[in-house]
Amino acid sequence: MGKTLFDKIYDKHVVESIPDGPDVFYIDVQYIHEVTSPQAFDGLRKRGIPVARPKQVCATADHNVPTENQHLPIQNDLSRHQVATLVKNCEEFGIELYGLEHPYQGIVHVVGPELGVTQPGMTMVCGDSHTSTHGAFGAIAFGVGTSEVEMVLATQCLMQSRPKRMRITVDGEVQKGVTAKDIVLYVISKITAAGGTGYFIEFAGLAFTNLTMEGRMTVCNMSIEMGARGGLIAPDETTFEYVKGREFAPKGENWDKAITEWKELYSDEDAVFDKEYNFDAADIEPMITYGTNPGMGIGITQKIPTAAEIGATTEKEVESFDKAMNYMDFKPGEAMLGKPVDYVFVGSCTNARIEDFREVAEVVKGKQKASNVTAWLVPGSKQVEKAIYDEGIADIIEAAGFKIRQPGCSACLAMNDDKVPAEAYCVSTSNRNFEGRQGPGARTMLASPATAAATAIAGKIANPADLL
Amino acid sequence: MEKFNTIISPAVPVTTENIDTDQIIPARFLKATTREGFGDNLFRDWRFDENNNPITSFPLENPKYSGNILIAGKNFGCGSSREHAAWAIADYGFKVVISSEFADIFNNNALNNGVLTVTVSPNFLAAAFAAIESDNNTGIKVDLENQYVELIATGEKESFEINGYRKECLLNGYDNIDYLLAQKDKIEAYETAR
Ligand code: SF4
Repeated sequence: MGKTLFDKIYDKHVVESIPDGPDVFYIDVQYIHEVTSPQAFDGLRKRGIPVARPKQVCATADHNVPTENQHLPIQNDLSRHQVATLVKNCEEFGIELYGLEHPYQGIVHVVGPELGVTQPGMTMVCGDSHTSTHGAFGAIAFGVGTSEVEMVLATQCLMQSRPKRMRITVDGEVQKGVTAKDIVLYVISKITAAGGTGYFIEFAGLAFTNLTMEGRMTVCNMSIEMGARGGLIAPDETTFEYVKGREFAPKGENWDKAITEWKELYSDEDAVFDKEYNFDAADIEPMITYGTNPGMGIGITQKIPTAAEIGATTEKEVESFDKAMNYMDFKPGEAMLGKPVDYVFVGSCTNARIEDFREVAEVVKGKQKASNVTAWLVPGSKQVEKAIYDEGIADIIEAAGFKIRQPGCSACLAMNDDKVPAEAYCVSTSNRNFEGRQGPGARTMLASPATAAATAIAGKIANPADLL
Repeated sequence: MEKFNTIISPAVPVTTENIDTDQIIPARFLKATTREGFGDNLFRDWRFDENNNPITSFPLENPKYSGNILIAGKNFGCGSSREHAAWAIADYGFKVVISSEFADIFNNNALNNGVLTVTVSPNFLAAAFAAIESDNNTGIKVDLENQYVELIATGEKESFEINGYRKECLLNGYDNIDYLLAQKDKIEAYETAR
């Protein structure tokens, strides 16, 4: 019987299988950041052991950094201490750090791919659930907790049980104005925020293979929002083209060797998945969420459904639905289009790459930001920031009344000062619309950069298809 | 890690479904660089109002509930991979979390911190909530060795699954890193062979 792409990579990384237990699973690269690593380094110190393979660790500061005046000391004492602790730990344990003043600094899941650290066929972890982003390259990449961060620092291995495999195929071509973000929000709305629990997902079909690498990263990034451990897409010419020539990509002879290996990375035709879903790309329109989990999304021209319409049957499910409506102060039957908005956030490891800002520029060019909207445009990395200025995107965006901030996670999780106030509405290109995610009481609606930009211009929820 | 023994205790019921890690421990409390002290902020925004007064309608602040078992609605622990959620639960004093479905990463993190996650059927979960509603102090027994959970009041029992290796670790208080460090030679041999 044939093998799935996931199993091909997984099998190559099993050091040992423990009978009736997990596998000792080898990790090629670990990414670390300031929030989930300090306790792991402390653990190493307590045990009196070094980092096993410091060259296979890549570090950056992102979650807790300010997005203005990064050259000044961080104001908040705890945040400053957390970032300083990362610097100290990286020095002590011999790990290269792309810290605040480094030209490569940025959100860990933006930095790894743009430096060519992320490559097809690899296994990668990070103490952050959106590590699934790197699966876009045909890699097994997933988030882990701090105990596991410590485990990998100490041994370069994890204790891992093999998840089940799911394949989600979206065939056909998407309509104009439909982006990677819309495709993935559509899929989550269909299979629900828990639909992928226990699975590793392979995304297949034209809708995904037609995407650029950045679009594929947006899709894999959100596999965790279906409850899956991670998601991946088989590498192809688009992937190879993207990786080629990047700082840490294989060079010369090594490149040729790598390409030969990478071309084997696909699911065999007779491979069997534990679960399969099929969707048609033509059914997808620009998406927006109306509730408090990423599965509560609808096409932007549709009306907010009732609990029954989304299949909530038990008393508890109805209660959860009502709680979400209450939090958002929305009612079933209302239109999303035209709802007033206070904030717009373009950023996060889901949508803060250069193409996302090009998308924003295309929508806002020659127009003006609505005065009732506060907009935060936060590049995913220093390199993205540089490209925004080099390509002249900054001029277009600034002429429309927007300001570009400095790289970091920012309002995606609102650990720094970028918090949406209670009861304010924010259209966000990030990945989570949980209660309080963008600040206590903040009301988040997830959408694509194009929809966010159109909304910032209109001052209310707008369909980018009407502006393009 | 502490060894896990059979537990008989009343349970604290939080019937909400899809409780995500941002509710378990809001992001603004993640700035610490040590593992301790997260219990104070467990379910912070559900337990306390803006003026830091306890919200007694929430079970954790309601004196009629007690015990070291947390029992919650399905898809518990979805959202982020941050282990802080598991630390908060452990630090607060819970030894067991019961639900009809857990998010994968949370499940791992909890077990890595000596908190046993018990997945029960939706029917059993409903029965447990009902039993607690009719008597707040009713006991729930969690027997890891024999892998079952029992509602003391009604005698209703259900077995639960746990990976054999995980079970051994919990029963004996072992930790994964000790195990992996002992595999150093095998790991190095793997690296040379690839
Ligand atoms: S941008 Fe948001 S989701 Fe991505 S790594 Fe940062 S906090 Fe996590």
